[in-house]
Amino acid sequence: MDKFSVFSSRLVEKSENFTSGHRACQGCAEALAVRHVMKALGRDTIVAMSTGCMEIISSPLPLTSWRVPWIHNAFENSAAVISGCESGMKAMMRKGKIPAKKINFVAMGGDGATADIGMGALSGALERGHNMVYICYDNEAYMNTGIQRSSSTPYGASTTTSPAGKASIGQRTQKKNMAQIAVAHNIPYVATACSSFPFDLMEKVKRAAETPGAAYVHVLSVCPTGWRIPTQDAIKYGRLAVDSCVFPLYEVIEGKYRLTYKPYKKIPLTEYLKGQGRFRHLTDKEIQLIQQKVDKDYERILRLSEEEE
Amino acid sequence: MAKPMEKITWQELEAGSVVTEVGNARVYETGSWRSERPVVEASQCIKCGVCWLFCPDACIVRASDGHFEADLTYCKGCGICAKECPVGCITMIAEEG
Repeated sequence: MDKFSVFSSRLVEKSENFTSGHRACQGCAEALAVRHVMKALGRDTIVAMSTGCMEIISSPLPLTSWRVPWIHNAFENSAAVISGCESGMKAMMRKGKIPAKKINFVAMGGDGATADIGMGALSGALERGHNMVYICYDNEAYMNTGIQRSSSTPYGASTTTSPAGKASIGQRTQKKNMAQIAVAHNIPYVATACSSFPFDLMEKVKRAAETPGAAYVHVLSVCPTGWRIPTQDAIKYGRLAVDSCVFPLYEVIEGKYRLTYKPYKKIPLTEYLKGQGRFRHLTDKEIQLIQQKVDKDYERILRLSEEEE
Repeated sequence: MAKPMEKITWQELEAGSVVTEVGNARVYETGSWRSERPVVEASQCIKCGVCWLFCPDACIVRASDGHFEADLTYCKGCGICAKECPVGCITMIAEEG
């Protein structure tokens, strides 16, 4: 964030719909992302949440951090549950059993719940076009159960089930691009965001909630525990991921791409990788290969967003 | 405010494990996890609110004279506020005892 926009944080919604007292690790940027998202959505929201870090830390049985109606469901079906909530409420409003008003229906899940296990339910909900928002908090592994690889783990990252060593580089496959999969469903709104850019994140969530029909927001959430970085650097690494174009921030409105944040100066990938314990085994040659892939992907997004202008 | 978690017995739970009180996690004081505590130099604080915006635990509050400080009941001591403060008026000090 530049020095001139710092005071705009005072304009942000003051109420906390995701309260203190949750059990997230120190410096959890995912909990921060949830906090920002709930600020953007407000009280008239129903949340269905898959199993995962955010469910575990916010709802140990007699307690809850949520100040909105919230339901926990299994790993695979948060999109299906919120579809049911939306259809049910719509029917009750039509029959006059409850007063008609705008309610945000939001499903949330981690990257495991979205890209691996809940993929089918999510695809179905996007295809049916329910008036809902799906928010994926992507911390790039199953952090809740102890850093196991997911299909969202980037190439080369060392996790407990893809450990780096003499015979292995760590994660051998490329990160699954969930935002592009959502775009392929031809839904009205898809966006990528990061909690290190809170205004951008809140704006995108608001826009997603206002969009009639299904919307998908992919939020990169830095996990100091799983990425093996110091807790105070959680915000910094989110910023580095965006500035090094590993995770470009863009939105796709009715198929039209728009790059919402263009780094003033693209920083080299090593800046982003070198401080993270999960990437420390990578050699310069391997980083070079990853850099080429990142450049190629970013070029594509850039080209698509310029085509539309 | 709800009772502390350890005082709630199973007989008091709702059927289906529904939690009827919103936001009652506030009774759980995460401040006990902390090994370092943020100390704000109030005279240098420009009251921009960046620490408040980036605190994952929502524990930054505004003091009566307008500057921001951490509510140590919930602060886990991650140090994000000290790192992100644009004027560097927050320092992390080790907790003793």
